[in-house]
Amino acid sequence: MLPELGHFALILALCVAIVQGTLPLIGARRGVGNWMALARPAAWAQFLLLCVAFGFLTHAFVDNDFSVAYVAQNSNSALPLIYRISAVWGGHEGSLLLWGVLLGGWAAAVGVFSRRLPLDMVARVIGIMGLVSIGFLLFTLLTSNPFERLSPAPMDGRDLNPLLQDPGLVLHPPMLYMGYVGFSVAFAFALAALISGRLDAAWARWSRPWTVVAWVFMTLGIALGSWWAYYELGWGGWWFWDPVENASLMPWLVGTALLHSLAVSEKRSAFKSWTVLLAIFTFALVLLGTFLVRSGVITSVHAFASDPGRGIFILVLLGTVVGASLSVYAWRAPTVQSTGRFALLSRETSLLGNNILLVVAAASVLLGTLYPLVLDAFGLGKISVGAPYFNTIFIPLMVPLVFMLGLGPLLRWKRDDLSRVGRSVWIALALCVLSGLLLPWVLFHALDPRAVLGVGLALWVLLTLAIDIHRRTRQRGLWPGMLKLSPSFWGMAISHLGVAVTVIGITLSSHYSIERDIRMTPGEAVVLGEYRFVFEGVQDRSGPNYDASTAFLKVHRDGKEIATLRTEKRLYRVQRMPMTEAGIDAGLFRDLYVAVGEPLDGGAWAMRVYYKPFIRWIWGGALMMSLGGLLVVADRRYRLGARSGTTEELLAVTTRS
Amino acid sequence: MTPRQRNRLALVALIVISVGVAMALALVALRENINLFYSPTQIAAGEAPRNHTFRVGGIVAAGSVQRAEGLKVNFDVTDGAHTVTVAYEGILPDLFREGQGIVAQGRFDADGGIVADQVLAKHDENYMPPEVADALKTAESIGVVNPHAPGK
Repeated sequence: MLPELGHFALILALCVAIVQGTLPLIGARRGVGNWMALARPAAWAQFLLLCVAFGFLTHAFVDNDFSVAYVAQNSNSALPLIYRISAVWGGHEGSLLLWGVLLGGWAAAVGVFSRRLPLDMVARVIGIMGLVSIGFLLFTLLTSNPFERLSPAPMDGRDLNPLLQDPGLVLHPPMLYMGYVGFSVAFAFALAALISGRLDAAWARWSRPWTVVAWVFMTLGIALGSWWAYYELGWGGWWFWDPVENASLMPWLVGTALLHSLAVSEKRSAFKSWTVLLAIFTFALVLLGTFLVRSGVITSVHAFASDPGRGIFILVLLGTVVGASLSVYAWRAPTVQSTGRFALLSRETSLLGNNILLVVAAASVLLGTLYPLVLDAFGLGKISVGAPYFNTIFIPLMVPLVFMLGLGPLLRWKRDDLSRVGRSVWIALALCVLSGLLLPWVLFHALDPRAVLGVGLALWVLLTLAIDIHRRTRQRGLWPGMLKLSPSFWGMAISHLGVAVTVIGITLSSHYSIERDIRMTPGEAVVLGEYRFVFEGVQDRSGPNYDASTAFLKVHRDGKEIATLRTEKRLYRVQRMPMTEAGIDAGLFRDLYVAVGEPLDGGAWAMRVYYKPFIRWIWGGALMMSLGGLLVVADRRYRLGARSGTTEELLAVTTRS
Repeated sequence: MTPRQRNRLALVALIVISVGVAMALALVALRENINLFYSPTQIAAGEAPRNHTFRVGGIVAAGSVQRAEGLKVNFDVTDGAHTVTVAYEGILPDLFREGQGIVAQGRFDADGGIVADQVLAKHDENYMPPEVADALKTAESIGVVNPHAPGK
């Protein structure tokens, strides 16, 4: 009975979405106040109904109701409670429902936090989100109903994929989805502004905090996924250029370009058509990512089912959304006037460079991801595009990007000249080259040109930031001046510093890691740099839904024992699936990583023993980027009365701040 | 040319050059890093490249996994019609076992054996790499009985 109520709530949500996606939009076109006023309550009602549906599905999981097909496929009575809850989004149907709930949540939030927006704008934004919602709810109900019953009901479920039974995976999908779906707000704002013809500074300012929040979630989601892959997949890598990872990276790259382009639109009233286009592209890439992951054209950990019907549905949805929004763009964009002019050497140019590099990077990732699919579709052979492709193209694009990231904030809006940029910048550049050479040598006694480049670039970001802070605080003195700087400046500073931290992490961990895959018998030791790993032996134990062989390794440094690492080979009982749990001694400057492989003859085991310097910095940097994003949103000007303020007023406020 | 036009020209030139360089890089990188997939039957027919990495996939033949010193291991990959031997040194994935569909990436050594630098077995017991599934189907359709067909 209860699952049927959930199903019913889902159908009702679709009905409300149809109201939400039509009446407010028509009302805004014709100027019917009552119809426009429907937007907010409709968004709230839809969100509530989706939460009810989600609640019923969660209840079915907690209650072990295996008569529901989706529960039977993804859960088991022996599964710990926390994983029975996270299993709700562990499969295809449930993760789509989560998508829907979050989309409803974002629309409802727009309804709450838009008191100061003109009603027709609110109506259009929520209306467009309603249209997207119709597409997704139809998809869920028609092709992937999570409430479908099984008759007769099985005695027990087939269990959650053991890979997903992990704390990191409890959080990774909701975070990533929050980001994915959040970009629908930026998309809706851009289209609404296009339709209403009010593509002005006020629009950029309204949509900026939403975009930043979506971007923060997405950054966190990607970082969590990467961290999870590092400790859970048992081979110590943190990024594999897997098509599904690329599916999340592409909208992140274009979304990052969108953030920066929005800043120019807000402050300088330039790049406006481009910003709208980026908003459309970002959301299109979100949908493309969903298509790649959910249609089964890509097989990976993330691809649950390969049902061609589903793939075609999402492809049609993608085509409709992109086609419709680009048509609106073609229809309205010629009326958009970008008033801000700028010289070749100016902050605008540096942000334009940032945009181009990010979009080109996203395009090259797209090429590598889709190429095998296209060839296969035309019967031209089965190929795979390896990680070397992505590395050869991605890294050369990131080098000028990070360089410009340092220089850009020092440049003035509109026009600047080289003489003003000043001697301090040249000194900073020299210092970077010097310390880029020195630092890897001091830390690791080995030089690699790419490591020099990476470290030098990271220091470049740090030093230019210091110069920037010094210039901005010159008049008041350093400390009082720093307190006076706006949260949005600090947000930028911390995010940019986060990029530097991530660059350090990637550079040093990829060039100075020591990795040994060896055969070890109990009592045997292996030395990696200053660390000596002694294999103590293996013990058997049994967990709630698996049996494990636990290997213990003691680590010594300078003759002192510093850590005991335990790594497990688990066999999950229901799915008969083996899994490796890595043993990690984490540190700010290095991780010690061991993972047990297969048992060999004579009591020996295959063992991975790794020393990974600075690897935590990769995710630490991502955390800093997210924190910076939150600070930007906290800036006062986004809470100040936008009311129905004219563009001029707003511009006056923004250019002063 | 007014200064504004000059600026605009410089900007456009900058964009065209950077996009062009990126495209060139992409195409070169793509050409060097594409790995074509071959079934054991195709390899037996001599279709696989002699001096470029490629992928081979199939079922790990029963009883064919042989360990040598260290982490060296040899195993046979079959599509039912033909079998090739793959040599690998390293730790095999969790789901590697006899009867499992796998994909190996590697190249021919001087003696004509395949040396893999990567062995992939996906994390799902029911999962069959699609290339492998196709290879098995092709081998079957040309009239070879497949002794290792999974679940039939």
